[in-house]
Amino acid sequence: MALLQISEPGQSQAPHEHRLAVGIDLGTTNSLVATVRSGVATVLPDANGRPLLPSIVRYLEGGKVEVGYPAQARQAEDPKNTIISVKRFMGRGLKDVAHVESAPYDFVDAPGMVQIRTAGGVRSPVEVSAEILKVLRERSELSLGGNISGAVITVPAYFDDAQRQATKDAGKIAGLNVLRLLNEPTAAAIAYGLENASEGLYAVYDLGGGTFDISILKLSKGVFEVVATSGDSMLGGDDFDQRLFCWAVEKAKLPPLGPKDMRLLLMKSREAKEHLTLHAEAPITARLSTGDFVDLKIDTEAFCSITQTLVNKTLGPVRKALRDAGLTVDDMRGVVMVGGATRMPQVQRAVGEFFRRDPLNNLDPDKVVALGAAMQANVLAGNKPQGEDWLLLDVIPLSLGLETMGGLAEKIIPRNTTIPAGRAQEFTTFKDGQTGMSIHVVQGERELVSDCRSLARLELKGIPPMSAGVARVRVSFQVDADGLLSVSARENTSGVEASVTVKPSYGLADADIERMLRDSFEHAKDDVHARALTEQRVEGQRLLEATRSALAQDPSLLADEEREAIERAMRSLESVLAGTDHRRIKHAADALNRATEEFAARRMDAGIKRALAGRKIGSL
Amino acid sequence: MSAGAAKALTSSSHFELFGLPPVFSLDQEMLEKAYRDIQSQVHPDRFAHAGDAERRASLQWTTRVNEGFQILRNPVSRARHLLELHGVDVAFETNTAMPAEFLMQQMELREKLEEAKAAKALDDLRKNLSAERRSLEAQIARAIDAEKNYRGAAGLVRKLKFLERLDEEIDSAYEAFE
Repeated sequence: MALLQISEPGQSQAPHEHRLAVGIDLGTTNSLVATVRSGVATVLPDANGRPLLPSIVRYLEGGKVEVGYPAQARQAEDPKNTIISVKRFMGRGLKDVAHVESAPYDFVDAPGMVQIRTAGGVRSPVEVSAEILKVLRERSELSLGGNISGAVITVPAYFDDAQRQATKDAGKIAGLNVLRLLNEPTAAAIAYGLENASEGLYAVYDLGGGTFDISILKLSKGVFEVVATSGDSMLGGDDFDQRLFCWAVEKAKLPPLGPKDMRLLLMKSREAKEHLTLHAEAPITARLSTGDFVDLKIDTEAFCSITQTLVNKTLGPVRKALRDAGLTVDDMRGVVMVGGATRMPQVQRAVGEFFRRDPLNNLDPDKVVALGAAMQANVLAGNKPQGEDWLLLDVIPLSLGLETMGGLAEKIIPRNTTIPAGRAQEFTTFKDGQTGMSIHVVQGERELVSDCRSLARLELKGIPPMSAGVARVRVSFQVDADGLLSVSARENTSGVEASVTVKPSYGLADADIERMLRDSFEHAKDDVHARALTEQRVEGQRLLEATRSALAQDPSLLADEEREAIERAMRSLESVLAGTDHRRIKHAADALNRATEEFAARRMDAGIKRALAGRKIGSL
Repeated sequence: MSAGAAKALTSSSHFELFGLPPVFSLDQEMLEKAYRDIQSQVHPDRFAHAGDAERRASLQWTTRVNEGFQILRNPVSRARHLLELHGVDVAFETNTAMPAEFLMQQMELREKLEEAKAAKALDDLRKNLSAERRSLEAQIARAIDAEKNYRGAAGLVRKLKFLERLDEEIDSAYEAFE
């Protein structure tokens, strides 16, 4: 008989050292990195003490890249190679991008995501974002004095699958272990909810540089539950600059402008917008290369009137989110303001009037997302003991579906479904002897496929010939905790496993990511092989540590020989870990993962039993 | 209860997953509490640093728990699930026969919806509708929980589904005004 070690559930967790984890707000205008130090979330500044990193990347001849303030300083003189607001292009095709005509870039209409031709070569928005993330990674490694074990990167709640995937890919290319993509309003709620210890229903109104999000959250003890989310991923502070820019062109009766003048006047418009937050009047002055001298003044009233439609445009999604949640303004306990663009007095006023209460804005709207992300990264890294951490339940913002006959979209997972979520649907063939099936995955709320976003196309081949309507093709959707979708298809009647290939419509293929990884290390004089080895070692260590702690926690779930099998797999991983062959480490880690599959399933079962048992005792 | 029904209850019941009694008049607070307690054990955030096997198991479990919660939270899907456990198919797709009186009433409501010119009219419509839904839910609770009249309940659930669809149409109508 096996001797069982008795341990109190949840108390025998093996202690581990504090893991360095960061939260990154990859913003349209500015990006930030934050971490939790001695229990307090703080933004990590650069060497000059500046917390913000302007999300601006400049490509120079010969492969040199400037990021942040140096790029910002040169944007008016080198607009073609200086990419601003790249977040607007993430996961987007050329036809989706607003104001293409006024953007100075040399766009390349690649299949899927748009690309930009620069002095440093043709670049995808994913690579441009990766440059920003790389600077933030280096900043945090320098400031925390070690390798970052994982990062949480925030995305607008309203980002679709293609935009999320692009963000995660950028993290990978920047050499980050992306623990989670976190929705920006949810990150803000973490920062606010914990600071203020508030419970109840809250709305988070997040107007950033290029995106607008509204999330309705239910806060209760230790749980952040997103009830509904909505937004507009093409609406933000940039659009207010654009309105002001157009106003200035018209007022000053300017002829069509070249790229440099355009960028200069846009910068001046932005400065004027920011000035109007605290002043009743702002100047717009610029000497253009044409010799024209712009000398205008705009007051608050005029600015409000030219941007009124933009402010109103945000309220549509707010109403929609409330309706989806089955709630009214009166149910809300508070409304939280996030994003630099909420500094504009007319935005504060409109939101206050809509919710009939003063919005909460006591945390810096530029920093609150990064702070919340850092707090979540700290939890995911396992640095907070159970009981002091919290549970985050988020939703997908847009319905996921398939194209059916006649170009109609059939919803498989509706918007505002809590993630992770999965659903399977059966389809059949409509022709006798049909051996293939084409599956088109779309995202959006509209009925016509052409009005939704195309996410991927799957080709199912090798179905044995049968009469029409006999084949049973099961299409399974799985959305993970990052809100990312994977789709698989299988034909069931024949028992034949049919092959499936996924061609992402907007995302990058694995080969693209690999190439970008290689490119990015070429300039950094880093060695791809060395990087892979380090990664596999870290991964292997992590796996060993996790397995050890699981064994210590739930020893009673395994028979002796099962435990021995796992320990054997652990020993063989340990023995190759110090070696230099990253493939062997990967191989041994995979074997250990396989060896622990059954154990993992039993641990989940035991966890659920514990949860239910605890509840019954509690309710007696 | 037939032997088949009893077996179905133990094998695929969402109620069982949450350790709750299989009744229509479910205590929503208990459901939410059980859901959170289980999520706090299986959610992927708890396994961000675990091995692949545990992360996969966590994803599968959370997906199942979310699906079960979704089904039990909504009255129409909860009733449908309960009736299925008792071997009764609600047959939303195939059984569209409805009492004439109910259909007349539905047509009137839809006419009102089409005539609605402002959000205020939709507010009123929704108010009436939710009163009607509550009364129907009370009837379903009686049929399932007290009378164990599962076939009879199926007709009521089909009615409730009708009202749920109308509610969704009211949502679309609000959007059209904006």
